[in-house]
This record gives sequence, C-alpha cells and structure tokens, in this order.
Amino acid sequence: MFKQTAEVVIIGGGISGVAIAYNLAKKGVKDIVVIEREYLTSGATGRCGAGVRQQWGTEMNCLMAKFSCDFFENATEELQYDGNIEFKQGGYLILSSTENEHEQFKKNVQLQNSLGIPSKLLTLDEAKEIVPFLDTDGLVSATYCEKDGHLNPFHTTQAYADAAKRLGVKIYTFTKVTGIIAENGKIKGVKTTRGDIATNIVINAAGGYAQNIAKMVGVELPLFSERHQILVTEQIEPILGPMVMSFSLNLYCQQAPHGAFLMGRSDEGEPRDLRVTSGWHFLEEMAKTITKVLPPLRDLRFLRQWAGLYNMSPDRQPIYGAVDEVEGFYVAAGFSGHGFMLAPATGVLMAELILGEDTTLPIDMLHVNRFEQGKLIFEPSVV
Amino acid sequence: MENITFICRCSDLTLQDIRDLINKGYNTFDELKRISRVGMGPCQGRTCLPLVLRELSIATGKPISELCPGTFRPPIKSIKLGAIADHTLEEGGEVNHV
Repeated sequence: MFKQTAEVVIIGGGISGVAIAYNLAKKGVKDIVVIEREYLTSGATGRCGAGVRQQWGTEMNCLMAKFSCDFFENATEELQYDGNIEFKQGGYLILSSTENEHEQFKKNVQLQNSLGIPSKLLTLDEAKEIVPFLDTDGLVSATYCEKDGHLNPFHTTQAYADAAKRLGVKIYTFTKVTGIIAENGKIKGVKTTRGDIATNIVINAAGGYAQNIAKMVGVELPLFSERHQILVTEQIEPILGPMVMSFSLNLYCQQAPHGAFLMGRSDEGEPRDLRVTSGWHFLEEMAKTITKVLPPLRDLRFLRQWAGLYNMSPDRQPIYGAVDEVEGFYVAAGFSGHGFMLAPATGVLMAELILGEDTTLPIDMLHVNRFEQGKLIFEPSVV
Repeated sequence: MENITFICRCSDLTLQDIRDLINKGYNTFDELKRISRVGMGPCQGRTCLPLVLRELSIATGKPISELCPGTFRPPIKSIKLGAIADHTLEEGGEVNHV
C-alpha cells in the first residue's frame, strides 16, 4: 500500500538518498520514504567509478573523505549486509606532471598528514615500485595513500537500502516525482506517479536531476549536469593494485577485484542536457592517454563504455542543507563527481542537520548561500 | 539441475543464482545486471540476456516483448585499447566525431 503521509520524503534512490534515509531512521525518525524514478543506483551512483580517496587539498574534503573511508571499512558490519561491497583498499596513486602540480602535492600531503591521513609524496622510482609498468615519461612525482580504494556501487547502495528497510524506511522504485506541494513558503507534500504523499520535509538527493527537482518548488539551484564517460575492459589476473589517477593528465584507472579495468576522464565540451549516451571522442582520448601511462593496457580489449551525470556546482563542492525560500526543503546535491565517495558523510551530516543536531563535521560553509555571498570553496585537487 | 545450469558463462551465474535474485525482488534485467554482473562480460549479454528475460517473464507473468532488455552499449565487438589509441594518433590526435 502506497503511503499517503510521511515524516520525511527523500527524492533519489542513489547512494546519497539511501544513506540519508538510513541515518535518519537510525536516529529514530519514523515514516521515511525514498522515491526513485527507476531502480536503486539507476542514476549517477550506478554509473560512477566508485573510488574513494582521502587525498584532497582542503581540510573539509580531507575530513569528509576520511570519515567516509573509515565508514566503508566497517560498512558490512554496521549495515549487516549479506552481500559483498567489494571494498578494495589498493590505494590511490596520484601522478603529477608539472612542477606546479608537484608543489601543490607537497602542500596536500602536509595537510593530509596533519589530519591523520597516511599519504606520502613519492619519487617516480617509488611510484614504479607500486606500479612497475608505469611509464614515467613526462611525470614529475606522485602521492600515494594506501587507505584509498574503490567499491562496488550497486552492492554498497543495496547495503544501505537493506539496512534502511529493516529500520522501517519505505523505498518506492519506478515512481516519479511529478511535483512538490508548498503552501505559504512551507513544504506540504510530494506528488508522484503513484499518488500524493503529505510531508513537511523533502530532501532533494536527485543527483543529476537535483536542479530540476528544486524548480518544482520554485528554487533555482546553481547546478548543471554534465555527461562523464567510463569504459571497462575484459577481466585479467590482478596486476594493478592502486587506482592510478592524474588531475593534469585527466584520467583515472582502477582494476576491480573481478579483474576488469575501469577508467574514465573528463572531456571538454561534454553535453549538459542530461544525455547519457556514449561518444567517440571520449573513447579515443581515453585509449590514447591511458596506453601512454600504463602501456601494457594496450593489449586489453575494452568491452563496454557508458556515461553518467556529474551534478556540477560553481565551486565543484557539494551543497548541503536547507534553502531560504521554502521551509522544509533540503538539498544534498552538486557533488560534482564525488557523491559516491562522500555518501557516508552525506548520510550522517544531513541527518544531523535536519534534526537540528550539532554536525559531526563543520558543513555550514557548504550551504547554497555561499554562491550569493561569494564564499566559494577552492579545492585544488579535482579532476 | 538449476545449480549446474549456467545462464551467464562470463560472470559464472547459474539458473539458480538468477532465480534467487528474482525472488529477492530484482525484477528487471538492468537490476539483475548491476547486482550480479549478468550480461557485463565479453559476450555483452548475447548468451544470457534472452535466458534471463525468459526467467523474468515466467516470474512476472509479463511477455518478453514487454520487458526492458537494458541499454545496448558500444562496442559491438571488443577492441584492444592499443588499436583505438594507434588509430587516434594516426589521425593526428584530436578528432571531432559527432
């Protein structure tokens, strides 16, 4: 039976939505509903690289990523999942290819170490000890953090969803939000393809569609969605431990526990029209750049490419919190490609914020007002 | 028989595995694919897709023609990354395909 009232309605069945639902339920909130237009992970979560790194350039991101990484280490127990979230902590090896980048890496490692993140600055020879077939031509240095890694995004989301359901959360898949009801500046309910739900709290965790959802209640979020592509190869025996990544070379590449390589890059001029089709240009640039850095991958056959949406904010940092225009409308969006790795933090922080508790980590600076106030956050380490 | 009948040779999934997942509530090919990797291997679903759709049809009572087979993604046939890279470099690197 479709619920007609709820204490909280969360829009979006990606990892952010189910993580928020789980945390609210864990804190005792009853009557939580998650609405998903297709199935869990059908949006950006199920299309992402699912990497998690603690090697950031701002304290805020380091702390949120560390929090999330610590959670992932114990997620199977905390969420009591009967499947496998496939968390492979093979580290992230981040390559610098310019002197400027190398200088930035020095500062990053210093900051990370001061926050308890065990990253290291490596020479190219040291980097080759971790990835012996790395072609260091044109590179300057690397940083490495053994605690970084990647997971299976479907199982991780399912783990949250199963735990949330055990706590009474209702998840409605194949259900589309068609409107949001507000009266006198207050949230009153949500209209869906299966009926209306009366509620005073709506959380917008709609990923690539977050700006469209906000418009339903007259809120303009400074977000747009951009297509990003990935490809996957055939499976081979394990030869690559860490995620290899470079901001300046614009690439990331991992070998999943099942043996396939997943790799992606950001392309200039990607469409911003919610398109998730595959393109030629990405494939060619990806093949060209990755075979230069990791030459043995030349002989790997690629099996499939796909795309998902980065929900981009002006400073490429998430938006967390309430909006001023409508009481009861909360946003957790604009992750700009990092929503999966930050999800454990998103879940806890949003739950705390909605319940008016002190947040575990400071997130006031991630309020949507920062753009009007010109208080953008500069993070040097994003793709 | 269900335990030794392989539905997906690429990802080692038996008929019983697929039926168990359908019973757990994964009721579309896309959901089964994402949770189990059925159809994600080198055959790109050519072997398993019709078999899984048949199982879904039996379980849901919907005819196969009404079931969504998911998105068919490129390439049709697997290609070595080196071949793509060489071709791209021969054409002078930056190419502007639509």
